Amino acid sequence: MSEAEFGRGTRARLHIVTGKGGTGKTTAATALALALAAEGGRVLLVEVEGRQGIAGLLGRPPLPPEERELIALPGGGRVCVLAADAEAALLEYLAMFYGMGRAGRALTRLGVVDFATTVAPGLRDVLLTGKATEAARRRAGDRRGTGGASAAFHYDAVVMDAPPTGRIGPFLNVNSEVAGLARVGPVRSHADKVMDVIRSERTLVHFVTLLEEMPVQECKDGIAEIEGLGLHAGSVFVNMVRPPLLGEDDLATAADGGFDGAALVPGLAAAGLADVPGLAAALSGEVRSHALRAGLERRTREDLAAVGRPVVDLPYVEGGVAWPALERLADALKRQGTVR
Amino acid sequence: MSAESGPARLDVDAIIDDPRTRIVVCCGAGGVGKTTTSAALGLRAAERGRHAVVITVDPARRLAQSLGLESLDGTPRPVPLPEGARGTMHAMMLDMKRTFDEVIEEHADPERARQILDNPFYKTLSTGFSGTQEYMAMEKLGQLRRSGDWDLIVVDTPPSRSALDFLDAPKRLGRFLDGKLITFLSAPAGKGAFRMLGSGFGLVASVIGKLVGARFLDDLRSFVSAFDTVFGGFQQRAEQTYRLLQEPGTAFVVVAAPDTDALREASYFTDRLAADSMPLAGLVVNRVHPLPDGGRLSAQEAERAAEALSDGEDHALAAAALRLHAERVRLRARERRLCGKALSAHPGLPVAEVAALAEDVHDIDGLRSIGTALAGPVRA
Ligand SMILES: Nc1ncnc2c1ncn2[C@@H]1O[C@H](COP(=O)(O)OP(=O)(O)OP(=O)(O)O)[C@@H](O)[C@H]1O
Ligand SMILES: Nc1ncnc2c1ncn2[C@@H]1O[C@H](COP(=O)(O)OP(=O)(O)OP(=O)(O)O)[C@@H](O)[C@H]1O
Ligand SMILES: [Mg+2]
Ligand SMILES: [Mg+2]
Repeated sequence: MSEAEFGRGTRARLHIVTGKGGTGKTTAATALALALAAEGGRVLLVEVEGRQGIAGLLGRPPLPPEERELIALPGGGRVCVLAADAEAALLEYLAMFYGMGRAGRALTRLGVVDFATTVAPGLRDVLLTGKATEAARRRAGDRRGTGGASAAFHYDAVVMDAPPTGRIGPFLNVNSEVAGLARVGPVRSHADKVMDVIRSERTLVHFVTLLEEMPVQECKDGIAEIEGLGLHAGSVFVNMVRPPLLGEDDLATAADGGFDGAALVPGLAAAGLADVPGLAAALSGEVRSHALRAGLERRTREDLAAVGRPVVDLPYVEGGVAWPALERLADALKRQGTVR
Repeated sequence: MSAESGPARLDVDAIIDDPRTRIVVCCGAGGVGKTTTSAALGLRAAERGRHAVVITVDPARRLAQSLGLESLDGTPRPVPLPEGARGTMHAMMLDMKRTFDEVIEEHADPERARQILDNPFYKTLSTGFSGTQEYMAMEKLGQLRRSGDWDLIVVDTPPSRSALDFLDAPKRLGRFLDGKLITFLSAPAGKGAFRMLGSGFGLVASVIGKLVGARFLDDLRSFVSAFDTVFGGFQQRAEQTYRLLQEPGTAFVVVAAPDTDALREASYFTDRLAADSMPLAGLVVNRVHPLPDGGRLSAQEAERAAEALSDGEDHALAAAALRLHAERVRLRARERRLCGKALSAHPGLPVAEVAALAEDVHDIDGLRSIGTALAGPVRA
């Protein structure tokens, strides 16, 4: 199928969420899925690293490798989750195209599945990305017996919680990895189909970052890599954003060390607190590190702005992210117009 | 002495000062500070008199810069240390492909080596396979250890899906290369392996051919038969290195951040090291937010005071400082709660805490202050 055909019609938009390890990819991808479903659509959230991160975030037991409806929103929106698994995808694929139930099991015994997940990483990746792109290709009214208990839903959007920036290029560029190994045959044509979806303009690769140098560097390198591969970079999600507690001037003074706590003394005394000098000294240290941190955040934010992608903030959630906070993050995404 | 004496202190200096310590491995979840901790430990050891080499896996090159080097590569480079350092420090970055090529060249005759290096399977295996990085890190470690050029090797582990990959991936690769599939693929048609597999086999062979094309099978077959001669030595070396890690001269340092996921990963890793008889030195909880001395004001007291001040305009700065303090107190309470919970499953595990620096680690001074924190007292 040609790229032009993907551009039109009702094919779902595919959102791929990457970023440096630990910056909040799973959290952001889940919030994005919620935001996309808020208007009433059906959204599929796919996890590909076999870590059950989404189940963990939603406070659920481990999920099976099938599309499961997990969240029903008040506005009628639905979020389905798929914990994609290369082995399950391979067996399903064999059953679908070759009716190979028994032989599929023989393959497992032989270690073909081990093979697909070890020596030929391109095959593993194409199986995983294949699950997400196949869901994104379904159109309203399409219904194919894909085997397994999962009915083939039609989705308005598909969101992928993808591997970190360090591995995203080879992961998405499945075609070239597979091309070196399988030059012909169904695996190759499957890879070509997957690549059509990934290259299409309806697929966006979003980057999660923190306002720190290393994650921002990885984000910039990642965007360059993705664009170099001919894929489309989407937004930059700046995660764990805290509002500065001080004005610009005070921040600048404090960061320069021009603030020794004496300025706090009258206020602390007015509040009737004990041991005002000791307390002022302690608090001024905290103010100084807050100000240094704010300076770092300002510099890294300028650095990010230069990348030229839309920048979207996700607020820091005190005490860690769980269900009600996810809704807040989803609201933040909606407010900033990430959702179209 | 209070009943709550807290966890045992991880004595980093005792470890790096002990000449019997030859290898330190830093492992943990993604982004927690493994690379930073490895570099800081290497630096501290060198300044205290060791001849240390640090193998890092840091594609972003930031570490090289903070060590005052243009970039790192597969050869250990001397790190310019400030005056007064009693030892030396070298740093290198794992070059996975080159390390793999070297192993092949060492174990195969030139003709066979060429065959392997040119095979498309070798190319993906040596660059793309998710366990190769870990395997080659082990290989490099073995090489450095045998060379005898350094008396302390600090190993940073790759950012992997799971910290356990570092121990498992080499075996997984070994299992695959040793497995039934390989036996079958490398056996000439119609012989032993075929029969062993029983019914359904003919179908399987033709399906693999159909799925990926006959060329694929040919490439794989020639790769496997060429690789076979090299492989024995390979597997043996990986096992040797694995045993090296179990020796008392090795110290594993598990790094975590004070959040649920990273601590959970650290906890798994701790159990796993024990199960594999790997010598665990302790846990580093990196990027914690200790409270300043003297500021013993609870979060509620601080909030209430800030509230009282916000009626007037005069004390905006003090009110903001109090709110900030309240936030830090709550954050610290959460960190302590999470750490306490994680540690309750590992009584007696020595712990070191490293405070979050206000800014990123830029230079040798930044790394040194991390090293000082690693060796310093646990904060309130
Ligand atoms: N906006 C936020 N505010 C507060 N904590 C957050 C926020 N976003 C993420 N976190 C926390 O940060 C940690 C890492 O988040 P998450 O698991 O989403 O990251 P990740 O990039 O998917 O990590 P990995 O690379 O391990 O897959 C979690 O403990 C999560 O609760
Ligand atoms: N104590 C600290 N205070 C402030 N910043 C820190 C501290 N420790 C590490 N960092 C910063 O955190 C970021 C991540 O650290 P680092 O790269 O060492 O983690 P890592 O575990 O090696 O990550 P990866 O899993 O991606 O390899 C870097 O930007 C580093 O400068
Ligand atoms: Mg994740
Ligand atoms: Mg690292």
